Amino acid sequence: MHDIVDAGYLAAAVLFILGVMLLRSPATARRGNYLSALGMLVALVSSGWSGPLHHALLMLAVFAAAAAAGVAVARTVRMTAMPQLVALFNGTGGGAAALVALLAVLRASAGRLPAATLLPAFVTLLVGSASLAGSAVAALKLQGIVSGRPIPLPGRHAVSGTLLLLALACLAAALVGVVPLASAAVVAGAASVGLGLWSVLPIGGADMPVVISLLNALTGLAAAATGFVLANDLLIVAGALVGASGAILTLAMGRAMHRSLGHVLFGRLQTAQDAGGGERGTVHPTSPEEVALLLAYAQRVVVVPGYGMAVSRAQKEVKDLCDALAKRGADVRFGIHPVAGRMPGHMNVLLAEANVPYDQLYEMERINADFPVTDVVLVIGANDVVNPSARNAPGSPLYGMPVLNVDQAKSIVVLKRSMAPGFAGVENLLFGLDKTLMLFGDARAMASAVLQELLAVV
Amino acid sequence: MPAVLNEAFVFILAAFLGVALITKIPSVLHTPLMSATNAIHGVVLVGAVIAMTATHGTLQIVVGALAVFLGALNVVGGYVVTDRMLAMFQKSRREGGSPRA
Repeated sequence: MHDIVDAGYLAAAVLFILGVMLLRSPATARRGNYLSALGMLVALVSSGWSGPLHHALLMLAVFAAAAAAGVAVARTVRMTAMPQLVALFNGTGGGAAALVALLAVLRASAGRLPAATLLPAFVTLLVGSASLAGSAVAALKLQGIVSGRPIPLPGRHAVSGTLLLLALACLAAALVGVVPLASAAVVAGAASVGLGLWSVLPIGGADMPVVISLLNALTGLAAAATGFVLANDLLIVAGALVGASGAILTLAMGRAMHRSLGHVLFGRLQTAQDAGGGERGTVHPTSPEEVALLLAYAQRVVVVPGYGMAVSRAQKEVKDLCDALAKRGADVRFGIHPVAGRMPGHMNVLLAEANVPYDQLYEMERINADFPVTDVVLVIGANDVVNPSARNAPGSPLYGMPVLNVDQAKSIVVLKRSMAPGFAGVENLLFGLDKTLMLFGDARAMASAVLQELLAVV
Repeated sequence: MPAVLNEAFVFILAAFLGVALITKIPSVLHTPLMSATNAIHGVVLVGAVIAMTATHGTLQIVVGALAVFLGALNVVGGYVVTDRMLAMFQKSRREGGSPRA
């Protein structure tokens, strides 16, 4: 019997790995997700065979309720709200892991567990609870229910440090056996929930790509630790895969934002001190007519979308404008910064939703060399990620951050609400260049105004 | 080999495999990647089912049922929303007559 179960787990692990492998290309990614889901089904059916199945009806009912809720949310969520949803599912996974660990502790015969089980159980409990609480706060901030601005908390590090110490003290006490196991577990879990809340609450919205990636990695680790508790290799393999993925994305996002993980987690809210890089030149405001004329005779156009485009829901209007330009024979591409949006790769999903073909979407590294031969760059609701100071002003807080080199194009049009600085609070010298035109207004309204004017150009 | 070492062995190898696989995934797909791995960590649902089969008493049953609920929400919601996103990428390939292949 156990051989069959283990064979099922092995098959599931292989399907998970193949599923992740097929995510390498947009053409095969959907098949990969099916394989992964099939793996999950195989794993669940296998687990049902692992012993006498008590409470089967209750579990089925609970599963059905959760599945219905999950499908309803997953079907209706807007793509702009994807980061919240991913954070939410992250939290449920972390919470489930913590509860499984708690159950292992509660079931411990005579209130004792061997250290080889107790240690991973506490790790699961701590990491899972922190992930649950942190994800919940992240989701609330992304949804705008809790302010997305960086919140300075009094005694931020003292409180976090105390909670962490309390959790670790519970673990130590449980290992030595001086306190009842269940109480130690409950207190440790509660301290960890507090730690998760307290750590994520002060972090600003623009740092969310790093935070979500990190929470993803934590939940993966919690799943793997659950595998150690239950001596289940499938959980270990799946958890390790997710942990690796989250860790890689965390590092990639940190690099792209020029923020170390320490900066994001332990504060030092960036302030706009001396920006460096010299004076900005005179700004040249423009009109939709002028932009349409400029675009009408451009051969090569690159669109650089930022989160501002998503905020004004201009994706469809921008896509229509690009289609009209392509019809006139222009080569239109999108240049996408890794942190455009609120989670890794978010902008690509928003554009895919507007039916922009993914082979028009270019990563920063792939498009940067092409800017000198680009006639017009259309910057829509992006700021810091196109700031040339990151390249040539050693005094700027942005210096060293990888940016899109749009200032090297022949001319630049910036669609923007106002001259307000971006997240880093730094002046953008791009806006004062002689070859830069500023089109002020709502991105959606302006994109469609430019399109109307373009259609009028013969 | 003691069981714990055996498990550590599996964990380390899987982590290396994960790093090797994930670094090959283009940033265009990073959101679906995160959502897909999100669904995969829902595998703790398997752990919840195993733990649930041996519960005794109301407290344990409630904790177990809650774990099953959270895990199932994670798994089902995660896969469905990932599929929805990936379908958009597929569609955007088919319908958008891109000038550049």
